[in-house]
Amino acid sequence: MRLTTPRPLIHRLRGARAAALLVLLAVAAFPLVVQSPYWIDVANFYGIYALLALSLNLVVGEAGLFDLGHAAFYAVGAYVTAILNTLLHWPTLWLFPVSFVAAAAAGVILTRPILHLRGDYLAMVTIGFGEIVRIALTNNLFGLTGGPNGIFGIARPALGPWAIRQPAHYFYYIWSFVAAAACITVRLQQSRIGRAWNYIREDEVAAQAMGIDVVRMKLLAFALGAGLAGVAGNLYAARMTVIAPERFNFWESVVIFSMVVLGGPGSVPGVLLGAFALWVLPELFREFAQARMLVFGAAMVAMMVFRPEGLWPGTVWLRATRSHQGEGGAGSAPEAGATGIPGSGAELAASPAARGGRR
Amino acid sequence: MLAQQLVNGLALGSVYALVALGYTMVYGVLRLINFAHGELFMLGAYLTLSATSAWGLGGHPAAGPLVVIAIGVAVLVAGVGLGLEQVAYRPLRRSTRLAPVVSALGASVFLQNAVMLTYGPRYQVLPENLVPSRSFAIGNLELSVLQLVILGVALMLMVGLYLFVQATPFGMAIRAVALDQETARLMGIRVDRVIQWVFVLGPALGAVAGLLIGLYYRQINFTMGWTYGLRAFTAAILGGIGNIPGAMVGGLLLGVLEALASGYVSVAWKDAITFFVLILILIARPTGLLGERVAEKV
Repeated sequence: MRLTTPRPLIHRLRGARAAALLVLLAVAAFPLVVQSPYWIDVANFYGIYALLALSLNLVVGEAGLFDLGHAAFYAVGAYVTAILNTLLHWPTLWLFPVSFVAAAAAGVILTRPILHLRGDYLAMVTIGFGEIVRIALTNNLFGLTGGPNGIFGIARPALGPWAIRQPAHYFYYIWSFVAAAACITVRLQQSRIGRAWNYIREDEVAAQAMGIDVVRMKLLAFALGAGLAGVAGNLYAARMTVIAPERFNFWESVVIFSMVVLGGPGSVPGVLLGAFALWVLPELFREFAQARMLVFGAAMVAMMVFRPEGLWPGTVWLRATRSHQGEGGAGSAPEAGATGIPGSGAELAASPAARGGRR
Repeated sequence: MLAQQLVNGLALGSVYALVALGYTMVYGVLRLINFAHGELFMLGAYLTLSATSAWGLGGHPAAGPLVVIAIGVAVLVAGVGLGLEQVAYRPLRRSTRLAPVVSALGASVFLQNAVMLTYGPRYQVLPENLVPSRSFAIGNLELSVLQLVILGVALMLMVGLYLFVQATPFGMAIRAVALDQETARLMGIRVDRVIQWVFVLGPALGAVAGLLIGLYYRQINFTMGWTYGLRAFTAAILGGIGNIPGAMVGGLLLGVLEALASGYVSVAWKDAITFFVLILILIARPTGLLGERVAEKV
C-alpha cells in the first residue's frame, strides 16, 4: 500500500492559486468574448450543474457516502423558492439562504435515520428518497406544488431596481455562486472537517477510533451538500421562472453523480471538468439529436474504463489500488453481503472482512 | 378484494423476483450493482416482440412457439450480458467502488437508446391471446391463465436456479467466489469463468421476466428497464442483496406491497409507499430481511 500525502503541499498551493485566478479571469471574460446568448445560456446551465456537482462532491467525493438521490435536495431548493416567491412574493434573490436552510434541513432529517447503512444500501435509500420527493411533487403535495405541471411565474432575481434579465447577467450571478462553492470546498478540504470526511471515506472504523464523531461528520456532509444543491435549485428556478417535477427525476441524480465520479471525486477542478464533460459536450453534438444519448452512454463507459479514478483525480483513494473484493470498498465500511443462515448454504456473499478478520 | 390484490401482487412479484436474482447474483460475486440489468430485462421484452411478429403469432394460443422464443431470447440476452461484463465491468475489476457504478449507468443509457433508435420511442404492443385469455373464478377471486403461467414459470426458474446453486459443483463454485474470491482462486476455481456464468444466468432470467411482463401488460416501452429495474433492485435490497432466497422473498413481498398500496391507497402514490416501507425496513434491519447482522470489521 502506497502512502501518499492526501492533499497538495503548501508550496504547490501557490501555483494552484495562480491557476485558479487565471480560470476566474477566463470565466469573467467569457460573456464579453462569446456574444451568442445561446452559448452564454449553455454556460449558465453548466454553472448550475457545476454547483450541483460540487455539492454532491462533498457527500460522495469527500465523505465517500453513496448518494444517488441528490436531485431531491435540488428539488427542495427550487420548490421552496418557487412557492415562497409565487405565494408570498418574497424576492427570489433573498430566497437563496432560505433554500439553503430548507434543503440542508431536509438532508439532515432524511439521512439521520439511515446513516448506519452501508454503501449500496445507502445508495438504494437515497434513490428511494429521490423518488418519494418526485412523486410527492407530482401529486401536488399539500396543494402547493402545482402537480405534474409544476409552478410558473417565478420572479427573476432583482436587487432594488436592477433586475437580472439577460443571459450575460445571469452568467455572472450564477458563476459567482459556483466560485463561492469552489472556494468553500477547497477551504473545507484543508480543514479538520475535510480531513475527518476523508478519514471516514478511507476507513470508518479507524476514523471512529481516532475520536472522529462519525455520525455528526456524515450529517454535516449531507447538510452542506444538500444545502448547496438547494441553492442550485434556487438559481434554476430563478433562471427558468418555471419548474416541473419531471426535471428532478432519478436520471438527474444519475447525471450529477456521474459528473463527480467522471471528473474525479474529491477534486474541485475534476468535478468542474466532469460537469463540463457531461453537460457542455453533449450540447456540441446537437446535430446528432437522435444518437446523442447513445454516444453519451458509450462515452460514460469508455471514460470510466480508461480513467477509473476520474479525469482529474483529487486525493488518492487509498483503497483504489486494491481490489474491492472482500476488502470493503473504498470509502465505505466493509461491504458484507448477506450470509443467510449458516449451514443453509444459500448465501452468496460475505467478505472475509465481515467474518471479523483482516488478512 | 384483499385476496385478489394478493394474487395480482404475487404474479407481479414473481417477475420482480426473477429480475432481482440478476442483481443479487452479480452483487454476490462482484460487489457491484449492475444498473444495466433493467435494460437487459427490457431487451428481453423487445426481442419477444420481434420474435412474435417475425413468427406471425397472435390471436390464438401458441405454447410451443412461446417456449422456443423464451429460450432464444434468454440465450440472446445472456450474450449481451456477457458482452457487457467484458466491455464495461471487467476492466474495472480492481478499481474503486465508484467507477463501476458510473460505467454500469453508462451501459444502461447506451442499451436504452440503442433500443429506442431501433424500435422507435413509442409504446409497442405485443400480439394478444398468445396465452389463453380465460380465467378461473374461485368465489369472487379471479385467476387468469396468464397469471398462473407467470407464477408457474417464475417459480420453476427460481427453484431451478436455487437447486443449481445449491446442488451442483458449479453452483458451489459460484458460492465459493461469492464468499471469498482469492481463496476460491487458490482452490483452483476459475474465477473469471464463474463471473461470466453469473452474467449469463442473471440476464437470461431477466430476459424471461421481460417476456412474461410483455405478455402480461402487452404494452412495452424502452424506458421500462428503468422503472422495473429500480423496483427489482429494491426487491433485492429488501431481501438482503447477495442472498438468493432473499431476492425471491423480496420480489414477492414487493409485488404484494405494491398491489396493496395501489388497491387500498392510491395508484399515484404506489411507488412512494413502496420506497417508504423499504426505508422503514432498512432502518430496522440494515442488511435486508434475510441479511445477517454483520459486525463491524475491527
